[in-house]
Amino acid sequence: MAENKNSLVKEITKGIIKENPTLVMLLGMCPTLAVTTQASNGIGMGLATTFVLLGSNIVISALRKVIPDKVRIPAFIVIIASFVTLIGFLLEGFVPSLYDSLGIYLTLITVNCIIFGRAEMFASKNGIIASACDAIGMGIGFTLALFIMGSVREIIGAGQWFGMDIPALHQNPMLIFIMPAGGFFTLGIIIAVINKIANKKPPQEIECGSCDNCPMAGNCDKKEGESA
Amino acid sequence: MKTLGVILLSAMLTDNFVLSKFMGICPFLGVSKKLDSASGMGIAVTFVMICATAVTYPIHHFILVPNSLEYFDTVAFILVIALFVQLVEVILKKMLPPLYKSLGVYLPLITTNCAVLGVTVLNIDNSYSFIQSIVNALGAGLGFMLALVIFSGVRKKLEYVDIPETFKGVPATLVAASIVSVSFMGFSGLFS
Repeated sequence: MAENKNSLVKEITKGIIKENPTLVMLLGMCPTLAVTTQASNGIGMGLATTFVLLGSNIVISALRKVIPDKVRIPAFIVIIASFVTLIGFLLEGFVPSLYDSLGIYLTLITVNCIIFGRAEMFASKNGIIASACDAIGMGIGFTLALFIMGSVREIIGAGQWFGMDIPALHQNPMLIFIMPAGGFFTLGIIIAVINKIANKKPPQEIECGSCDNCPMAGNCDKKEGESA
Repeated sequence: MKTLGVILLSAMLTDNFVLSKFMGICPFLGVSKKLDSASGMGIAVTFVMICATAVTYPIHHFILVPNSLEYFDTVAFILVIALFVQLVEVILKKMLPPLYKSLGVYLPLITTNCAVLGVTVLNIDNSYSFIQSIVNALGAGLGFMLALVIFSGVRKKLEYVDIPETFKGVPATLVAASIVSVSFMGFSGLFS
């Protein structure tokens, strides 16, 4: 992977559209569904995840020759968990309202498949700058997806957008959209719309056996062979 | 103080981890295709949840709190879970080969199941006692299994349905999950 300008730009843009982690690769579904009752929460979660992703990708990329292959998974997890603790402190100190509304899902960034997946598939194989670009692209893509989800659910489910009332919808909001069921429904529809626009074959059925969606893809020899 | 029965049932039904807290969505969508794998995954997760709770609770209360290191919770818990999953794997391989064989593939996946980390953190957040934590973990695990088993039945039907091209695959699965989630909303307010 030659580190010239073009390829770096490509690393960033691929995460936003072509390999959007949530809507195309279907990773990190838990936070996507859980915190997107409001557009602002979605952005907050997206940025927090981007921060962790950037930090962990840089550190893992820098240490990729030091970490023995056998213990790389615990090592990655510790690095990721440290960054999650860090962002927890930062949010608690500077944006306590967001800290409260994200609640336990902030801690659960640790086990977000996106971060682990990028560490395993990209950062452990590429240089620091490329990994940072990859993290930024993936982070923006994730934030964008969460923002879309949050906007749809907040506008339809609460008749508001960023806390501002929307005249016609505000009187009779469809509450189901901010309930859990609405989360599944909205995500299903958004992915279907993207399929329609992209006019491509629908994404493969999620299977833990296939490594694409498998957070432990690193354990799977097949995947390593393919991407190497 | 909530009674144990209420904790168990609310973790299973009203606060179902998958359908109302969105934890463990990846295995929920991934492993729920067949009934056997769904129940196998459910048992494995329940087991790890209980064991992880039994280990993380003392770590939090007897090691981290006395040294005012509560902020190490996340790091310590995820390490415990990761190590525990490996340990369970080794023990089962030696002691109960048939069970190991049936769970084999799903065991390593449990480390990154957010429901497991979620339940250990929630136990601390809710300041449950040791017994309450264990019961909560049991309820959460059973609820997870219930959701997986029910959903595997739904998906079986889904395979024979004529779905519009754009909805095939994941979108249809998610919409079906939404309907299952609606049915679980019926439990809300059961123990308020």
